[in-house]
Amino acid sequence: MATPGFDSHTDQTRFDDYWFDGAFDEMFQAPGEPRAHYRALYDLLRELPLAEMRRRKQAADISFLHQGITFTVYGREEGTERIFPHDLLPRILTSREWETIERGLAQRITALNLFLHDIYNAGRSLTEGVVPREIVYSCKHFRRQMREFTVPQNRYITVVGTDLVRLPDGRFVVLEDNLRVPSGVSYMLTSRQVMKRIFPELFRTAGVRPIDHYSEALLATLRALAPEGRPDPNIVLLTPGVYNSAYFEHAFLARQMGIELVEGRDLAVHDNTVYMRTTAGLRRVDVIYRRVDDDFIDPLVFRSDSSLGVAGLFSAYRAGNVALANALGTGVADDKALYAYVPRIIKFFLGEEPILDNVETFLCGEPAARAHVLERLDQYVVKAVGESGGYGMLIGPNSTVAEREEFRRRILADPRNYIAQPTLQLSRAPCFFDGSVEPRHVDLRPYILFGDKLTIVPGGLTRVALRKGSLVVNSSQGGGSKDTWVLH
Amino acid sequence: MLSRVADSLYWMSRYLERAEHAAHVMGVHWNLMLEHDAGSAGPRWDRVLAALGYQDEVVGDPFAVAQTYALDQVVTSIAAARENARQVREQISSEMWEELNRLFHESRRIAEPESFGSQPHDVVSAVVQSSRLFQGITDTTMLHGEGWQFIQVGRSMERVQDTARLLDTHFGEFFRGGDAIGMSEHMEWVGLLRASSAFEAYCKVYTADMRPDRIAEFLLLNAEFPYSVRFGVEQLRRSLERVHQATATRKSDRLGKLAGRLTASLSYTPLEEIMSNLHEFTTTIRRLCGQIHSGIYQVYITYPIEAALEV
Repeated sequence: MATPGFDSHTDQTRFDDYWFDGAFDEMFQAPGEPRAHYRALYDLLRELPLAEMRRRKQAADISFLHQGITFTVYGREEGTERIFPHDLLPRILTSREWETIERGLAQRITALNLFLHDIYNAGRSLTEGVVPREIVYSCKHFRRQMREFTVPQNRYITVVGTDLVRLPDGRFVVLEDNLRVPSGVSYMLTSRQVMKRIFPELFRTAGVRPIDHYSEALLATLRALAPEGRPDPNIVLLTPGVYNSAYFEHAFLARQMGIELVEGRDLAVHDNTVYMRTTAGLRRVDVIYRRVDDDFIDPLVFRSDSSLGVAGLFSAYRAGNVALANALGTGVADDKALYAYVPRIIKFFLGEEPILDNVETFLCGEPAARAHVLERLDQYVVKAVGESGGYGMLIGPNSTVAEREEFRRRILADPRNYIAQPTLQLSRAPCFFDGSVEPRHVDLRPYILFGDKLTIVPGGLTRVALRKGSLVVNSSQGGGSKDTWVLH
Repeated sequence: MLSRVADSLYWMSRYLERAEHAAHVMGVHWNLMLEHDAGSAGPRWDRVLAALGYQDEVVGDPFAVAQTYALDQVVTSIAAARENARQVREQISSEMWEELNRLFHESRRIAEPESFGSQPHDVVSAVVQSSRLFQGITDTTMLHGEGWQFIQVGRSMERVQDTARLLDTHFGEFFRGGDAIGMSEHMEWVGLLRASSAFEAYCKVYTADMRPDRIAEFLLLNAEFPYSVRFGVEQLRRSLERVHQATATRKSDRLGKLAGRLTASLSYTPLEEIMSNLHEFTTTIRRLCGQIHSGIYQVYITYPIEAALEV
């Protein structure tokens, strides 16, 4: 805290509490020696009086509050809306680092899309044993209703968010893919707007690559999916509604693209054609960017208790009268058990070595691996394969005996449902905490758009575990975000 | 425009207008109470409750009930306006959302009996100013298309009904025929005008001479004052006409006819006739508004799908 009467020029942001351990540090190559691309930020932090830093932090917080940039936490108080925690300091990547990430993701997504087409059609990768059949067929996201059906342009995954982490040696590896309804891109876009107001001097000198064209690229990607004979397609974004954790994002993207944000109750299907209810009567819908999970999208085909979807939507989809992005059944390819096979999938479909590696993964469904993991539960991170958002997870080193026993029981009851990965030393980036800068663990989620061409906007969502020592970056578990800068 | 969106815009605007009205009425009466003896307080707060549409029997101290009810109406209306706005965030401008969201957070902080009790003026002006700022922002940042027209419809619908009810309760208490008003009641008539932000405008037209028939004429029939019933009804009619044109429905213009009837009764009913039974006149206006409200739902929002596919 600032002491009254203290000379404000010597009262500056402190680095005293900055520590170093085995993890890769994004900012420093050695204590007191910032990496070249962090130099400008470091110098600014040393120059600006603390009062000014506090003022900027406050201005950023107010801007987030007033824009209503919120997310909803499940499980506590129903529908609790929270401000998304945001750290003031940007996470910075060099263009070389980015170039590898970009190539690696393009390769991975192309292969996964081919894989999805394959398992729902010819199934070569299954007959040739690249991926065991039981992994695919036992996955709860496998949709047999999608068999023998050509999705528009053979494009299953149009919007992807892939989580990367950085290991102590500085390499980026893939932690997981999100191929169903990835979220978070709105935080990436809005936090950039705020940061441009907060740190104009850094933007001027650093040369940060822009990301504002994301919405336009998304719209073009969706338009490319329109059924034939619909030159001016009506594109809509289907949201589960305001109580969904990502509703802010749905509204934000719809507005950015200038398309209608619809809920299931706005749509109706008649004669295998989807319509939306407007004040001027019914209007046909051609492309749906759906942010509703497969399970809830059509009560006639999937969960019959869903009121979020549209009855008859699936048959209109199969009839080719409406396109969905992403396609249904894409969750097979981001299943955490299938994840272990992605390097082989890349090699099989593209004949290439993976550019971005996986994290070492043990499938509890395999007896040898299971035994190995059960003996060392305190060293591994155990994840339920069908879950996301940091729910259903055991972090071995931070767990209690009771929690480990609970997971042992769960793993033995349903081995296919669990994987284990070594506890990763995620890289750390500097964060601003009222007067002092401390390191916290971060990951990186770039967003990939797969349309007529593959687009990855330079940047992404850097999620940060704001709690000291925590490795969980999910917003539902006390994580926050940082603006991500890719330099020219 | 999506029917659901039209619905939300309509209610967003109605609720905000309702919050403004409740804050205004509460503020004016609080002010009047300060210079009056304690004996007049009971009936005053009963009247405030009636003007705000409170229908239950008042149990306990009318002042406490009125204050709680009015503040509650302010806070819940603002919350409802924001909730509706949240449902259609992509349809309104970011600036509109930011202002409404700001008001929402502020209202929850300030509109509590204790803080209202110590600085009522601050609370009232915070709400009223924000509501008007929101209108200004709406007019300058939003496309004046169909959605904007639904916002106008919602606001004028609420304003017309609020003003009509306010007049009705006031005249029921203080009007005893004729032009004269008792000296002790002078401030109450000024208060009626103030609660509709009409005092200054009234003085410009009629001077500060308070006469019930002129006040009724001003608040009901003045064509130029934005809070008058006639002004609101005219705006309602115009906006409905625009919506009708924008949606090009082949349905008969039922709403236009209803709105026309409402305008006609305000344009052509002689003041003497209105004054002879003001209660009935305001009731008719509110009933016609109710019919227009249900008509909007039948034509634009909850129409059956089969009917829509036939055309």
